[in-house]
Amino acid sequence: MLKKRLIPCLLLKNGLLVRSESFSIHQVLGNPIHEVERFNTWSVDELIYLDISQEDYYDLRRDDMKVKSRNHPLDILEDVSRSCFMPLTFGGRIRALSDIRDRISRGADKVTLNTAALETPDLITEGARAFGNQAIVVSIDAKRHDSGRHEVFCGGRTPTGRDPAEWAREAESLGAGEIFLNSIDRDGTARGYDLDLIQKVVAATSVPVIACGGVGSYEDFVAGIRAGASAVSAANIFHFKELSDRQAKKVMRAAGVDVRL
Amino acid sequence: MILLINYGIGNIRSVANALESLGARTKISERPEDLRDADRIVLPGVGAFAEAMRRLEAVGFPDALREEVLEKGKPYLGLCLGMQLLAERGYEHGEHRGLGWIGGEVRRIEPNDPKLRIPHIGWNSVAPTRKDSILFKGMKGDPSFYFVHSYSFRPSDSAVASGVTDHGCDVVATVEQGHVFGTQFHPEKSQKAGLALLRNFLEFKC
Repeated sequence: MLKKRLIPCLLLKNGLLVRSESFSIHQVLGNPIHEVERFNTWSVDELIYLDISQEDYYDLRRDDMKVKSRNHPLDILEDVSRSCFMPLTFGGRIRALSDIRDRISRGADKVTLNTAALETPDLITEGARAFGNQAIVVSIDAKRHDSGRHEVFCGGRTPTGRDPAEWAREAESLGAGEIFLNSIDRDGTARGYDLDLIQKVVAATSVPVIACGGVGSYEDFVAGIRAGASAVSAANIFHFKELSDRQAKKVMRAAGVDVRL
Repeated sequence: MILLINYGIGNIRSVANALESLGARTKISERPEDLRDADRIVLPGVGAFAEAMRRLEAVGFPDALREEVLEKGKPYLGLCLGMQLLAERGYEHGEHRGLGWIGGEVRRIEPNDPKLRIPHIGWNSVAPTRKDSILFKGMKGDPSFYFVHSYSFRPSDSAVASGVTDHGCDVVATVEQGHVFGTQFHPEKSQKAGLALLRNFLEFKC
């Protein structure tokens, strides 16, 4: 049987690795290429890189971290893929089929579509036809309102009026092979996943759902799996806790979750 | 030299990286005539069956491959879609002809448990089924490999399969027919177990 997956999500902003809180505060953590070398010896199952830059410049030139100049996210991707013998998903700033091709040809196994999926849903279908459904991950940023209703936000900021479960179902019918589900209001808070959101989206779809947003303890991974997620993702916990990969897997295994050790 | 066929839609770089980490010399090429200089041939694969076949046919790869692999006997390894293309027919987005080197078809996986999701994405354990397997040589137990696919190879002769995984039904994970090999999973993405399998292919002698 398929193992449940543990996936660090790394955020790139202007070429540097950052941590995020509520999609708005971004603190610089370091160099993205060094980080993959660390993860590669870990028992994590995949890596997701999301380029969240709003601008078109990359900061690695002024970087004092002793790696050669890398000014473009695709160069970073190529470097990362050179030492990454595990699946690699690359997302952010993808607008056209040629953007998908560029990323896959430089080492990505899958891409995530977020804004482009909302604005040009046909891209999901075109991408799936050219690269297979499994290569197209539709990323959904959702926020929970006080009423308990969930809403999809575009670019993390603009409300769309859409229900995440319905959008996920539509994305699947258009050709999405996976759903990457992020909770905006849990992002960076360490309060645990929005389990209600996960359950709703899992119930509406038949493709794997990767849960993200809010992990503060290893038990949160177990809760995400129990809510129906096929894979659990997080960012901050992997940066700030020692041996977080092995500890997380240990806790998951002890709770009866089938993971690869 | 290991030639990796580039038909514009695969994750070629990562396959080359994995082979090079094992000390192999690789060349990525989109030209069928380069097959002549190759010692071994790898067809990586991410993509859809029909699109891949069309791109291979557009530049004349099927005939060149037939000559180098089937006639001259160069070892061939198809990865993921590169294994599926060995079949006679594929049914992804319609019915399409494959290379037809190994009898069988490629059809959508149909798990008998509705809770199991398609694509079959992630790490799954593979049970080797043949004592004479080259690919699993030296491996103990049922190693885990990384799968990403919605369709699977159904060989007409099940003895062609050398490894099977379970996703609510038996899914052929590897095929071995003489010097023609295929893996449904991605060894280049399967960390230690994947590198061990690639090493077995590199060390295989006809």
